[in-house]
Amino acid sequence: MDKYINVPLSDEDARSLKAGDYVYLTGTIYTARDAAHKRMYEALAAGEKLPMDMGNNVIYYMGPSPAREGRPIGSAGPTTASRMDKYAPALLDLGLKGMIGKGKRSQAVKDAIVRNGAVYFAAVGGAGALLSKSITKSEVIAYDDLGTEAIRKLEVKNFPVIVVIDAEGTNLYDTAAEKYCRE
Amino acid sequence: MAMRAINTDDITRNIREMCIEANHFLSEDMKCALKTATATEAAPLGRQILEQLQENMKIAGEDMIPICQDTGMAVVFVDLGQEIHIEGGSLEDAINEGVRQGYVEGYLRKSVVKDPLIRENTKDNTPAVIHYSVVPGDQLKLTIAPKGFGSENMSRVFMLKPADGIEGVKEAVLTAVRDAGPNACPPMVVGVGIGGTFEKCALMAKQALTRPVDQRSNIPYVREMEEELLAKINNLGIGPGGLGGSTTALAVNINTYPTHIAGLPVAINICCHVNRHAVRIL
Repeated sequence: MDKYINVPLSDEDARSLKAGDYVYLTGTIYTARDAAHKRMYEALAAGEKLPMDMGNNVIYYMGPSPAREGRPIGSAGPTTASRMDKYAPALLDLGLKGMIGKGKRSQAVKDAIVRNGAVYFAAVGGAGALLSKSITKSEVIAYDDLGTEAIRKLEVKNFPVIVVIDAEGTNLYDTAAEKYCRE
Repeated sequence: MAMRAINTDDITRNIREMCIEANHFLSEDMKCALKTATATEAAPLGRQILEQLQENMKIAGEDMIPICQDTGMAVVFVDLGQEIHIEGGSLEDAINEGVRQGYVEGYLRKSVVKDPLIRENTKDNTPAVIHYSVVPGDQLKLTIAPKGFGSENMSRVFMLKPADGIEGVKEAVLTAVRDAGPNACPPMVVGVGIGGTFEKCALMAKQALTRPVDQRSNIPYVREMEEELLAKINNLGIGPGGLGGSTTALAVNINTYPTHIAGLPVAINICCHVNRHAVRIL
């Protein structure tokens, strides 16, 4: 089912989304991948403040290629989410409502998704040129020294994603592959 | 016999151009395979994703935005004719300078860290991973294959026993693909190296990815295995984006080499649908 949803993601919207929904996100999201997650995790352990509030926000696991002049961003597709599995449950418990990436998640992340009524979305891996067209603005807000891995605040318009794990814990990767398995 | 001279400046310029070319334009065989897959894919969502991948390629070429933001670590195969003399400096430096210029001036992502554990970005995507072969003749063949790590991370080496035989090899390939699932950005291209030693089979698997996807092995039993494995992989149901469907791989390319009486090494190098390479002969 096609849905148009605003981000940050409200508790109600997060709970309304079901695995398999095709969703167009509009609003503000943040990027963070391996190095930024490690830093946020260390900041939390040291009792420091995170660069952005987690409450109802959505993190996109993405490190873009450089923008050409006059463009907001370069190629901007998802990276493999499982590398963030170590850090994601702590962020979900702080109110993070959605994650955009690609690939499988750990049981601990699935449990944290259900516990917090959150959502894991997949964007199409390797479609970075196409996905960049739905990003209207990009601004580095933290960890600038990390280059492509810095935390960016993105304005997105009808950014296309698919619900993979919903707030009830249904996982599209399991159900969809079974449907077409001919083994 | 007179040696043919090639200047390192020419090598740098070509590598620079090839980095940019490979990251914006897929080869014709890959485009064709994606088009065919779109026509035959069983899942509606799978077809939609395959259509998006084609749209993505169109945008990449027209607007000069890299096909994928992971513009890879630059893997370079150098087939150096033994009658060539390289002038102007070090061949390795010339290649790395080409990668540096290509990635910095071509708006490509810098994804290389200087040390695997200290992890400080080199900020120019160098060094490349370079594989040299010295071959007969007076030509220099350069193949650049920027390799993304979503799929690289799902690659495997199995040191099988001779008794495991062909069935063991097939199961190893299917295991790697099953485990890779959605992480490797399917539809994937599966490069397989069978035989040789531990490192030789891995290198063959990487080289196999540079063979056109519409070109089967010229060894009859290997060709059959490539076709059978492709069918079996596409029956796994993983599908485009891992979201279900009949297109999980576009091709299985297998290279083989003699091996030891005690061993049966098998390497599976998985590549996503952005199976990039550019080839030039100087």
